[in-house]
Amino acid sequence: MAVGASSMAGTQQCFNQDSIARTLYIGFSHAAPSRGYRQFVLERRPVPRYAVSGLNRGRTSPSSGRPGQGATSGRASSPPAPGLCFGALLATAAVQCGSGGETPTQRGWKQSCASLFPVGWDGWFVFQVALLDIDICGPSIPKMMGLEGEQVHQSGSGWSPVYVEENLCVMSVGFLLSSPDDAVIWRGPKKNGLIKQFLRDVDWGEIDYLIVDTPPGTSDEHLSIVQYLGATHIDGAVIITTPQEVSLQDVRKEINFCHKVKLPIIGVVENMSGFICPKCKNESQIFPPTTGGAEKMCQNLNVSLLGKVPLDPQIGKSCDKGRSFLSEAPESPATLSYRNIIQRIQEYCDQHHFHEEKII
Amino acid sequence: ERSNLAGVRHILLVLSGKGGGGKSTISTELALSLRHSGKKVGILDVDLCGPSIPRMFRVQDNDVHQCDSGWVPVFVDQDKSISLMSIGFLLEKPDDAVVWRGPKKNALIKQFVADVAWGDLDFLIVDTPPGTSDEHISTVEALRPYKPLGAILVTTPQAVSVGDVRRELTFCKKTGLRVLGIVENMSGFVCPHCSECTNIFSKGGGEELAKHAGVPFLGCVPLDPQLSQSLEEGRDFIQEFPKSSAFPALAHITQQILDGTAQQSS
Repeated sequence: MAVGASSMAGTQQCFNQDSIARTLYIGFSHAAPSRGYRQFVLERRPVPRYAVSGLNRGRTSPSSGRPGQGATSGRASSPPAPGLCFGALLATAAVQCGSGGETPTQRGWKQSCASLFPVGWDGWFVFQVALLDIDICGPSIPKMMGLEGEQVHQSGSGWSPVYVEENLCVMSVGFLLSSPDDAVIWRGPKKNGLIKQFLRDVDWGEIDYLIVDTPPGTSDEHLSIVQYLGATHIDGAVIITTPQEVSLQDVRKEINFCHKVKLPIIGVVENMSGFICPKCKNESQIFPPTTGGAEKMCQNLNVSLLGKVPLDPQIGKSCDKGRSFLSEAPESPATLSYRNIIQRIQEYCDQHHFHEEKII
Repeated sequence: ERSNLAGVRHILLVLSGKGGGGKSTISTELALSLRHSGKKVGILDVDLCGPSIPRMFRVQDNDVHQCDSGWVPVFVDQDKSISLMSIGFLLEKPDDAVVWRGPKKNALIKQFVADVAWGDLDFLIVDTPPGTSDEHISTVEALRPYKPLGAILVTTPQAVSVGDVRRELTFCKKTGLRVLGIVENMSGFVCPHCSECTNIFSKGGGEELAKHAGVPFLGCVPLDPQLSQSLEEGRDFIQEFPKSSAFPALAHITQQILDGTAQQSS
């Protein structure tokens, strides 16, 4: 498998001061705009894709500890020791949704985490954001981030996540599939194995926010991620719903799940909350809040409502094209909602850390 | 001993790669539509983490009883023309989360398939959760001896949703499940104020996928707040809103299924 320029993902690795102080800067993939400057090019071997049709080639065995074991390309050195390596992780927000289908919102506000502080080439303060997609059966993040066709590369320090921007990287099973038709037909234990590998073997570097996108439901993936990240720290969960009772019904279960596993809830986001007709500008409730919507539910369950995001056809279009909705439609009321929600999440995380530091 | 599924003439699975695309809505509307065509229908809800079906028929507070042949499904009305089974009926409190790993889910699905006394049904619709995991593998394996008619795949028009349904198509191929067709749901919204049609979730993705994959395209169902409201309140949309924009689409889908079964028997 040739490592061509177009298939190399951009990466910036900041080793901590004690280790080798070098900034490796590799050309961006075609999906992200080129920054126009390169420093080093590190030879990377891509993690070979495998047909995920129930064949276990040892890659997802939790005990293997070595990504690509059994792979044809071979590897020179071993990855970091097993165990979670999130020393540099500052905040993790697990994004959960009850009934699914709310991913445009997730993508919108995740992107904006990265874009809130402009990245000038000499800019100092920038959030490093990582997005981990553990929806193993339905990995949508690569498409939404414009990273379809990208591969995961591996090096001495592990698997490299795929970079969208300098400060935004992604890991998803989608990058390991060789065709968009490949289905991941796995039972729970195998999915758990891959999630563990994602956490243990991906070289995230130093990040400020790790956002974990989960599939709908309260099953293997959710239990596993909480379990595996239990040793570090999950700041909290953001739960996405629509105004409909059928969605709230499931979200109440998600809230219950969070209580059961002692996962703090940062808050709930009500997505697809109203639609403004582009022609007559009247508002319609496409998904009527027959039982009071997320607002009432949050009041009843004493959970914060982080915000409401209205339906904007541009969101779907941007996601399908893999572009940032926030950049494409900065004036949209949905953009404003997203930004407010992110602000609130950041405030929650900041307060939380401040509080923890005080205790220590 | 006669199996509990021996009296079921046709088994239909409703699948979707993505969540939130309207699988349960389509399952419900299909059941109502088939009932209006004089058929006896059962719905088996194997979405164990997010069981939506009971509420859509306003029977979420009902209990499941036992009989000699197993569990008695919940009937939605006096006529007993639609019967349901869902984990929703087995939860003590409706907000109780079912936080189970795969093996436990598999065990319950096997029970749902073998131990529900459906009696004589024209159609058993199986509503699934999104994805291609434990529930799907177990359901297809458990139903295999009864030769299901096939699967209906529900997508929204967006490429992101279509992307997941492509994987669902692969699942069907690999498990030998016939694809009856693709439904493109939430396909367009007609503003009630000015009648302008906006493609909120884009348009055409489902139809394109059907063409690309060589499977029948069953139709586009538009976004209709009246439909959403009916489902929320457990009312019969087909009966109450025959003039709605979603009605002809649903009727057309049902007709194609009925035609398909007629062809099969001849």
